[in-house]
Amino acid sequence: MKLVDSKAIKVGIADLNFVKAPDVIRTSGLGSCVGVVIFDPTIKIAGMAHVMLPDSNSSKKEDFNPYKYADTAIPILVETLLKDGARKFALKAKIAGGAQMFAFSVKNDMLRIGERNVTAVKQMLEDYRIPIIAEDVHGNSGRTIEFSPETSMLHIRTISQGSKEI
Amino acid sequence: MSIFDSLTEYQLDVLKEVGNIGSGNAATSLSMLVGSKIDMRIPTVRLVDYNEMMDLVGGPETLIAAIFLRIEGETPGNMFFVLSSQEASNFVEQMTGQTDFSIEHPPHDEMALSALQEAGNILAGSYLTALSDFLKLSLQPSVPILTIDMAGAILTEGLMELSQISDYAIIIETIIDNHADQTEQIKGHFFLLPDPESFPKIFSKLGVADQ
Repeated sequence: MKLVDSKAIKVGIADLNFVKAPDVIRTSGLGSCVGVVIFDPTIKIAGMAHVMLPDSNSSKKEDFNPYKYADTAIPILVETLLKDGARKFALKAKIAGGAQMFAFSVKNDMLRIGERNVTAVKQMLEDYRIPIIAEDVHGNSGRTIEFSPETSMLHIRTISQGSKEI
Repeated sequence: MSIFDSLTEYQLDVLKEVGNIGSGNAATSLSMLVGSKIDMRIPTVRLVDYNEMMDLVGGPETLIAAIFLRIEGETPGNMFFVLSSQEASNFVEQMTGQTDFSIEHPPHDEMALSALQEAGNILAGSYLTALSDFLKLSLQPSVPILTIDMAGAILTEGLMELSQISDYAIIIETIIDNHADQTEQIKGHFFLLPDPESFPKIFSKLGVADQ
């Protein structure tokens, strides 16, 4: 699949990182978490976050990990990309994840967390006026995603639905 | 200071005992189910961050079969019974005689899935019954749910409650095993993840709240 000599930068759970072409960036095993990629297609840099929860206000701790929440991780992605030379008007986003892994019919809000993560991510991107040009969200499959800033394509692998690019 | 920063050695030992009691009973049930002797390994209590938890089962992208249930009641928490691909195939073979089941090749046979589901029900049920007797607490498990997917996608769900409070999870891990060779080995991992507020209750029930 990869002909150029590029390395894959990893993003863990509740983590984020940045990449420059020809390298790629990936995160594995997204369930209800959402993978958010923000990129500048012309200068070919991107940032990816593996968001676990929608809202840092729900944190019961003061020194929380800002990479964990949609409302704190996305500003870090945007600010860092701008500092690295991305242009605000050129920024675009692709998102994937937000599945519901267990088919409970439960009152517990925590179990609809995928849906809430997607809503929160979309709201943050809307606030920054960053268009989401492709998405693969909801459903009930885990996803591993890999983004190439060279091609601006997001490769998505699932166990039961195969692979695709968006 | 959160409970995660202040666990004493003594309290860790008590948590190991919790794992012992639960999985000992589960191992006995499993022996009866598959008609061979099942042993339990000494439990491990780990304080891990999310990524380390995924590494316990081979990394976030590893395909696993997991029975998940939510424990409600006085000491809420989450529980997983996790099988690797090979372990799931062995379980199904032991229970149904089916030799070609693999979680790597969906769509899955209904019969095999219900065998796994049933094994999970029995194991999780006997683990929790023992635990509830030991702690003299009432624990109400949800209906266990079987899911086959990437470890990261499944296990993160069990961290949601916790993740609002901590970047670490306390996992009581036990392995049950019949010590057969690879193709006949019956083995699985239990992960018990009490919610943070459950720890003080467990410790006070067992009289080690301040030891």
